[in-house]
Amino acid sequence: MRHATTPPKKPEKSPQWPNRYLAFQSKTIDLSHDEILYVEDLHVSFDGFAAIQGLNLYLQPGELRCVIGPNGAGKTTLMDVITGKTGPRNAKVTGTVYLGQSINLLHHTESEIAQMGIGRKFQKPTIFEALAVWENLQLARKEDKSWWAALPVGLSTELELAISECLATVGLMARALDCAGDLSHGEKQRLEIGMLLMQKPDLLLLDEPAAGMSDEETRDLAIVLNRLRGSCSMMVIEHDIGFVQSLSGAFGKVTVLAEGKVLSEGTLEKVKADPAVIESYLGR
Amino acid sequence: MSFRFPAPEPILPASGWWALGCVSAVALVIIPVCALTLAPDHPLHVSAYGLTLLGKILCYGLAGLALGLVWGYAGVLSLGHGLFFALGGYAMGMYLMRQIGTDGVYQSALPDFMVFLNWTEMPWFWAGSSSIVWALTMMVLIPGLVALVFGYLAFRSRVKGVYLSIITQALTFAAMLLFFRNETGFGGNNGFTDFKRILGFPIAAPEVRVTLFVLSFLALLAAFIGCRMLMRGRFGKVIQAIRDAEGRAMFLGFNPLPYKLFVWTLSAVLCGIAGGLYVPQVGIINPSEMAPIQSIEMAIWVAIGGRGTLIGPIIGAFTVNGAKTLFTSILPEYWLFLLGALFILTTLFLPRGIVGLQGVLKKRGTAK
Repeated sequence: MRHATTPPKKPEKSPQWPNRYLAFQSKTIDLSHDEILYVEDLHVSFDGFAAIQGLNLYLQPGELRCVIGPNGAGKTTLMDVITGKTGPRNAKVTGTVYLGQSINLLHHTESEIAQMGIGRKFQKPTIFEALAVWENLQLARKEDKSWWAALPVGLSTELELAISECLATVGLMARALDCAGDLSHGEKQRLEIGMLLMQKPDLLLLDEPAAGMSDEETRDLAIVLNRLRGSCSMMVIEHDIGFVQSLSGAFGKVTVLAEGKVLSEGTLEKVKADPAVIESYLGR
Repeated sequence: MSFRFPAPEPILPASGWWALGCVSAVALVIIPVCALTLAPDHPLHVSAYGLTLLGKILCYGLAGLALGLVWGYAGVLSLGHGLFFALGGYAMGMYLMRQIGTDGVYQSALPDFMVFLNWTEMPWFWAGSSSIVWALTMMVLIPGLVALVFGYLAFRSRVKGVYLSIITQALTFAAMLLFFRNETGFGGNNGFTDFKRILGFPIAAPEVRVTLFVLSFLALLAAFIGCRMLMRGRFGKVIQAIRDAEGRAMFLGFNPLPYKLFVWTLSAVLCGIAGGLYVPQVGIINPSEMAPIQSIEMAIWVAIGGRGTLIGPIIGAFTVNGAKTLFTSILPEYWLFLLGALFILTTLFLPRGIVGLQGVLKKRGTAK
């Protein structure tokens, strides 16, 4: 496999995508070239099956990017590679995946990548079922994750405040003391979003966050994500075009994947009109 | 808007402290007094046999606690904890062999089995074994190191579930075969026995037996309180989080390896201490302690007592071994059938073990 020793070239930015997120800053990630995520010429294959074939994707700091595409297009694999779940350890991976200018994500494990500031929401809500709702949020908080730091007992008032605030944001205040395993599906989804908020990521990856949610819950989720807009970069995989519309608006960039490559990129209007997209995805 | 955060979980609830106080009074005062001061024909006299039996069961309780810690909280089912128990036992056994001095059958300074094998000097790894400090250090160090190395390799390669259980089982089996060999230098299939003294005192003296019993109780007590303190804080929550959703924990930035490794090694050390206390009371240690069945029995104690709690495995070890003592004297040929039946019945009707009984009864009460 090929390891990039120097950060990848900065891609040319097209003028119709002005950087509207100047307020965004990160402590750990080098954003000097105004890109938080570089994926360049990425190839991923498992036992000969090519899941991603030459994918290029660049994410600006503070951007909310929706990624759509048919099943098997490599959307979830892309997230697995970015978060370290799939890497040289368990698949054949070539290409470049950089966080900011300096961090080669292919060289790090899941927990290291999470500590660098990448959060991830799974398709199926995954929470800690044996713990209370508030304890789930406690563990998610951005802080020292080493085992010796976990030994003391008790909560700081600052942490209590952060947990209360988060409970209010995701509307789980009334269920704070309940066992997380007893929550409904929608509540679990909200709890997982709450955990991601506690994690304060710089880049948040959401894999079909609206899956299995009612219309009302989907609307609430769009509100929460829109509120987060600008405070972190987001990449959302979604099938529901209505939900994509409510997230990307008229100017947000949408990426269409098919067969492990980028098929089209642009506003939702533009990609919807792209004949290649209609052919492979929307038209079916 | 805000809600009241629950106070940090106490080490034990008030009722728990009371129960613990009563049990401690029995173990630390009443039993020693009954064993040492009452005449042998007095109805309340605790015989040497009874005292040894209770001490042995306390050691099993500690081993059960150790396995319950790693199985119930970290979700790592070890079917090889008998190895750590035996390693602790062997460390203590080496010291006890040296305490025999020249009173063995061959009247030699070397342990009898070495004379029997025509060895003229002690192997290098027996150096220092005449010191109790060395024995106590090895009792903790050897199981700890074996667990640390094995655990690091297994957890780093992300071996989980049934695969890990099988590997631990193979590990203890391999160790058993190794210890069976005379050349290994630990007495072959006979192991160590015929102990005479500990710290210079005769090992069968009632005072020594009482001391060992009290030490076993204190070790179990300290381990229980220590584990409670560890598990009630954030560490306990993280290790349960890793048990239930390892992927989620990793994507929140927790590296499961050091967490699992810490609990795993702690568990092995506790098991080693249990073995070290067991050997002087029972008077023998041999490779059959490493037999797979021993480790499986430990898992049965934990399953019957209740996983996911710390008191459950202790209760399970007491119950099963109490029943075993009773049945092997009344109906010895049926004991294994009973053990199997007990295991199947608890799995079917009490998935949370004896400790879960309270919850089951409560639920039934409210349902009616």
